[in-house]
Amino acid sequence: SEPVSFVLPPQNYPLYIRSIPTENELKFHYTVHTSLDVVDEKISAMGKALVDQRELYLGLLYPTEDYKVYGYVTNSKVKFVMVVDSSNTALRDNEIRSMFRKLHNSYTDIMCNPFYNPGDRIQSRAFDNMVNSMMMQVC
Amino acid sequence: TEVCGAKRVGYFGPAQFYIALKLIAAAQSGFPVRIESIKNELPLPRFTALKNDSEVRYGTPAELHGVKFQVPHATLEKISYKRTDEGDKQEPESPLMSPICSPPASPSTYQRIPLSYGYGKSRSGLEQQHGAPYEVRHSTHQQDGPLSGNYGAKPALACSTVNRSLSVEREQQDSSAHYSDDPWRITEEQRDYYINQFRSLQPDLKSFISGSVAKNFFTKSKLPIPELSHIWELSDVDCDGALTLPEFCAAFHLVVARKNGYQLPETLPETLLPEYLQAASLKPMHDCALFDSYSESLPGGQQTRDFSRTEVRRSEEVPDKPAMLQDGKKDDKQALTVSTALKTIPKEFQHLTVKTAAQESNVLKARPRSRSYSSTSIEDAMKKGEEPPTPPPRPQKSHSRASSLDLNKIFQQNTQAVRSGWLPPPPPALPPRPSVSQTEQPSEVELHPQMNRVPSQAEENSSAKKEVVLAQPPSKPARRKLRTEAQGLETPELSPTINVTSSVPAVKPHLPVQKQSSKQKRAIQTAIRKNKEANAVLARLNSELQQQLKEVHKERIALETQLEQLRPVTVL
Repeated sequence: SEPVSFVLPPQNYPLYIRSIPTENELKFHYTVHTSLDVVDEKISAMGKALVDQRELYLGLLYPTEDYKVYGYVTNSKVKFVMVVDSSNTALRDNEIRSMFRKLHNSYTDIMCNPFYNPGDRIQSRAFDNMVNSMMMQVC
Repeated sequence: TEVCGAKRVGYFGPAQFYIALKLIAAAQSGFPVRIESIKNELPLPRFTALKNDSEVRYGTPAELHGVKFQVPHATLEKISYKRTDEGDKQEPESPLMSPICSPPASPSTYQRIPLSYGYGKSRSGLEQQHGAPYEVRHSTHQQDGPLSGNYGAKPALACSTVNRSLSVEREQQDSSAHYSDDPWRITEEQRDYYINQFRSLQPDLKSFISGSVAKNFFTKSKLPIPELSHIWELSDVDCDGALTLPEFCAAFHLVVARKNGYQLPETLPETLLPEYLQAASLKPMHDCALFDSYSESLPGGQQTRDFSRTEVRRSEEVPDKPAMLQDGKKDDKQALTVSTALKTIPKEFQHLTVKTAAQESNVLKARPRSRSYSSTSIEDAMKKGEEPPTPPPRPQKSHSRASSLDLNKIFQQNTQAVRSGWLPPPPPALPPRPSVSQTEQPSEVELHPQMNRVPSQAEENSSAKKEVVLAQPPSKPARRKLRTEAQGLETPELSPTINVTSSVPAVKPHLPVQKQSSKQKRAIQTAIRKNKEANAVLARLNSELQQQLKEVHKERIALETQLEQLRPVTVL
C-alpha cells in the first residue's frame, strides 16, 4: 500500500494518522507501535542532547518484507513515523528526510496556534493538506 | 449562507450580505438557491428606504436586543424550511426567514427588528444583504412552511443579525450588487471596528497581539474551538503565534463571518491577506461607536486615551529613538505604542516606518516576521541626523581637555608674541616652550581675556576658546602642573623670553588687529595641539607597554624557576 504518516507525542499515542489509501489502518497501527520500540532505542542510544537535523532523523527503523518504517523525533520527543511500501524503491533517503522536515515544520505551525493544546489530536486542515500533498507525491 | 459564503469566502461583507439577501429572495421566489439565480432580475426589496449610515446600524443595538425576543419562533421554522430549501444550513437565511415570517403586515417592524439586534459592524453589512432578500421574499412569498425548529438559539442569533441587516440600508442593495461581490472583503466600518478591538487588546496598533490574548478574545465569540483553531490557522499567515493588525482583522472578520453562518474557507481569501489589508488600511479611522459584544473596553475612550498618550510620547519618542532600539518584543511594542499616530494615517505610517525601521535595524530576534512597511528611509534619515550631532561634541571636549593648557598657552603666547613683535616661531616645537614660559607670567585672568579675544578671529579660535573656557576650570590645576613642568623644563631657555612676555600683557590691545599673524598662530596652535596629543598618547602607550614588559618578565622568571625545579628530575 501507500505511505502512512503517524505523529505521536512522548506518551506514544497517536496524534495524527494519515494513510493513503485508508484501509489497513489497523495493520499500520500495529506496525507503528512496534516501531516505537526501535525509536525509543535509538533515542536512548543518542545520549547527548544534540540538536541536529541528523539526530532528529532516525532513518530506517526496520524493514519488513512489505514495507519500510522511517522515524523522526523532534526535540520535544514528538515522533513522526512513516511507513512506506517496500516496492516503492524510488524513495530516497533525502526525500524521506525532506518529508519529515515538512512534517516538522507543519507541526510547529500547529503549535503556534493558541487554540491548539499539545496532546490534542491534530485537526488542522493546513496540516492535513500538507500531509496529503506530500503523500500524493510519493504514491 | 453557505452559498453566498462559499462564494465570498469571508465574513459577511456588504456584498456578501446582499448576495445572501438575494439568495433568500431567490429562494423565496422559488428559484434554486444558487449564485446564478441571483444574477437574475429579482424583484427589488420593498423595504422602506433605510439609511445606510453605519451609525444607524450601530446605533440601534439596544433596539435590536429589545426586539430580538419578539422574533417568533415561527420564523425559525420558516428558516428551517428555507434551509431545507437550500439544502444547507444557512444561518443568514434563518434570520432572513424570521423577518419574513413575521406578519407581513408590518414591514416596518421588520425593519425595527433588524435594527434592534446589536452585533458587530459586519453584522450591519449582513443586515443590508439580508434586508433586501427579506423584502423580496416577503413581497413574493408569504411562506409559512413547515418548520422543523431545528435551529434553536442559533437561528435566533442569526435572526438577530439578519434582522439587523434587514433594517439596514436597503438602499445599498442595489449598489451592493455592483460592489465587489466579496463577502470576504472588509468594509471600512468593519475595519475600524476591528482596529478598535485590536486597540483594546493591544494599544500599539503596529505591534502584535499574543496568542493567548487573542485566544481569550476570540473564545468570547463562543465559536467552537476547532473552528477558532482553523480561523487562527487561516489568519496567522506567518505562523508566529501572534497577530498583527491585518492578521487580527482577518481573524476577526472570519469569526464574524462564521458567526453569521458563513462557512470558513479552506484558504485565506485574498482580501484578507495581511498585505492586502495593510495596503487597504491606509485610511483614516472612523470614530464609530460600536457596540461590541466581545470586548468590554470602550473603543472611543481608548482611542482618546491613546491619542493623548501617543501625542505626548511621540515627541519623546523621536529623540529617544536611538535609545529605544533594543530590547525585546515587548519593549518594541511599547515603543510602537508611543509612535503610533492615531490621528492621521500618514502620520501613522510615518511613525510606523520610523518605528519599523528602528525595529528592523535593531534586528530583533523576537520579531519573527518582517514587516511589510514602507521604506526605512525616514529612519535612516533620522538616525543619520541624530548620530552626527553626538560625536562632534565629544571630541571637542576631550580635545579641549587634552589641549586646554596648550591652547591657552598657545593663544596667549602667539598673541603676545605678535604684539611684542616677535618673529613667529618656525617649528611648532619651539613656540610651546616660549609660550609655556610666557604663560607662567600672565595671570589666569589675563589668560581668559586673551582667550576671549582669540576666538573672535576665527572658528578655530572660537572652538578652541570654547574648549579652553570649558576646560579651564578643570584644567586649571592641570595647567598649573603643566606650568610647573614647563617651568622646570623651560626656565633656562625662557629666561630671556620672560622679560619679553612680561611686557606682552601690556600690548594686549593690539591683538585683534593682527589677523594674519593670528592665522599663523592658529595653524601653529593646531599643530602644537596635535603634537601634544600625539605625545600624550605615545606616553601612555609607552607606560602600558612597560607594564606589560614587566609582567612578561615576571612570567618568564616564574617559568624559569619551574624549569629549574623540573630539570633535576629529567636529568636523572
